[in-house]
Amino acid sequence: MENIEQRVKKIVAEQLGVNEAEVKNESSFVDDLGADSLDTVELVMALEEEFECEIPDEDAEKITSVQQAIDYVSAHLNK
Amino acid sequence: MSKRRVVVTGLGHVSPVGNDVASGWANLLAGKSGIATITRFDAGDLACQIAGEVKDFNIGDYLAPKEARRMDVFIHYGIAAALQAIADAGLDDIPNLDKTRVGVNIGSGIGGLPLIEETGVDLINGGPRKIGPFFIPGSLINLIAGHVTIMKGYQGPSYGIVSACTTGAHCIGDAARNIMYGDTDIMIAGGAEGAISRLGIGGFAAMKALSTRNDDPATASRPWDKGRDGFVMGEGAGVLVLEEYEHAKKRGATIYAELAGFGMSSDAHHITAPSAEGPARGVTNALRDAGINADEVDYVNAHGTSTPLGDANETNALKLAFGEHARKLVVNSTKSMTGHLLGGAGGVEAVYSVLSLHNQVSPPTINLNEQDIEGGCDLDYVANTAREMNIRVAISNSFGFGGTNGTLVFKQV
Repeated sequence: MENIEQRVKKIVAEQLGVNEAEVKNESSFVDDLGADSLDTVELVMALEEEFECEIPDEDAEKITSVQQAIDYVSAHLNK
Repeated sequence: MSKRRVVVTGLGHVSPVGNDVASGWANLLAGKSGIATITRFDAGDLACQIAGEVKDFNIGDYLAPKEARRMDVFIHYGIAAALQAIADAGLDDIPNLDKTRVGVNIGSGIGGLPLIEETGVDLINGGPRKIGPFFIPGSLINLIAGHVTIMKGYQGPSYGIVSACTTGAHCIGDAARNIMYGDTDIMIAGGAEGAISRLGIGGFAAMKALSTRNDDPATASRPWDKGRDGFVMGEGAGVLVLEEYEHAKKRGATIYAELAGFGMSSDAHHITAPSAEGPARGVTNALRDAGINADEVDYVNAHGTSTPLGDANETNALKLAFGEHARKLVVNSTKSMTGHLLGGAGGVEAVYSVLSLHNQVSPPTINLNEQDIEGGCDLDYVANTAREMNIRVAISNSFGFGGTNGTLVFKQV
């Protein structure tokens, strides 16, 4: 079973059309991985799908990097 | 000031008979049907279970997977046909091309119906949070033009006309006038459709507009035949590169034909039932625009959808527009092989009309075994076998729901 970090990176790579190797923990979706505003909305939807959770819009706005996504999912799943 | 002339310098095409111009044209001349049982979805509970699907098409040849995933198929087909036409015309090789004077007008009759259908299901099952951010840009009709301008940097007009099954013809005709008026030197123009979905087939089937010859798909589209029982839906796109004549000549472009005229009209009659006067007026307007006499026309790429009313009506319209000369015309329906591409029909049929003129040959109208003479279908429909012939002028007819008509006139340069 892949851990949360691996699963998040895989989804980010798939959604943003980049190689998984380019997806670092510190990568910003917009600045480093070339995402636009619509990409980030779709990325959050893909995370919700993968982790079977609901990410409210106010939280989604704060998820702008790979690490933030990993942190959010980890915190949510631990609840 | 004399009118600026418009010529065709590039062709692109994706259709049920081929995913590029050369293979599609070869299949048409060979009389091969592109119609088969629907594979895209389970059509088992629909009255019509057949269609002209585009086969073995790989959008990855044209777009990155990330981009492609975010558009419905009509946009895929439109982009593919546009990029083919642009490559065929060699536009990327023109040094210092003034891209502010290049535009795109590629429309669709219905747009992203399959994506609308899927998203509707997502909405019902998962609520509004399941509506993706690419639903709207992935289904909007003018996004073919949007994507092509972005990909190629063209900064002239960017739009798509919507007029049901006359869409493609209207887009091409209007784009040509844009060049004639002096706003642009080059226009990428045509039509696209990708509406083979449960909602699309089910919708036209509900109108009883579709053939239900489910047991023999390849013979289901049979314009002017006694056994015709409705149209067969096709999908794909046809796109022309239109260019101002002096611009094309100066750069030594291959010129396929001149787009000499364009005419439009409205039946002002009924949303779906045709009238003979409306289409006849469209043809007459187009010939007047071209400055061509009716007796100079040799080839008609007919609307010819294989519906009982429509085929007889178009025949009557041609008699009204051409008088006695109607009997000397070759009236061809390539829809007998491609099915009806709706908003894409005018696009692919403009491509076929240009090729007919350029190669001096008419494709056959297949499945015409018992011509419906008693029903008034008594012209020369070039039944079942392609015909080499002298073509001075070729016209392409398109008629759409709402009673909207368009005719394009092509002649040799």
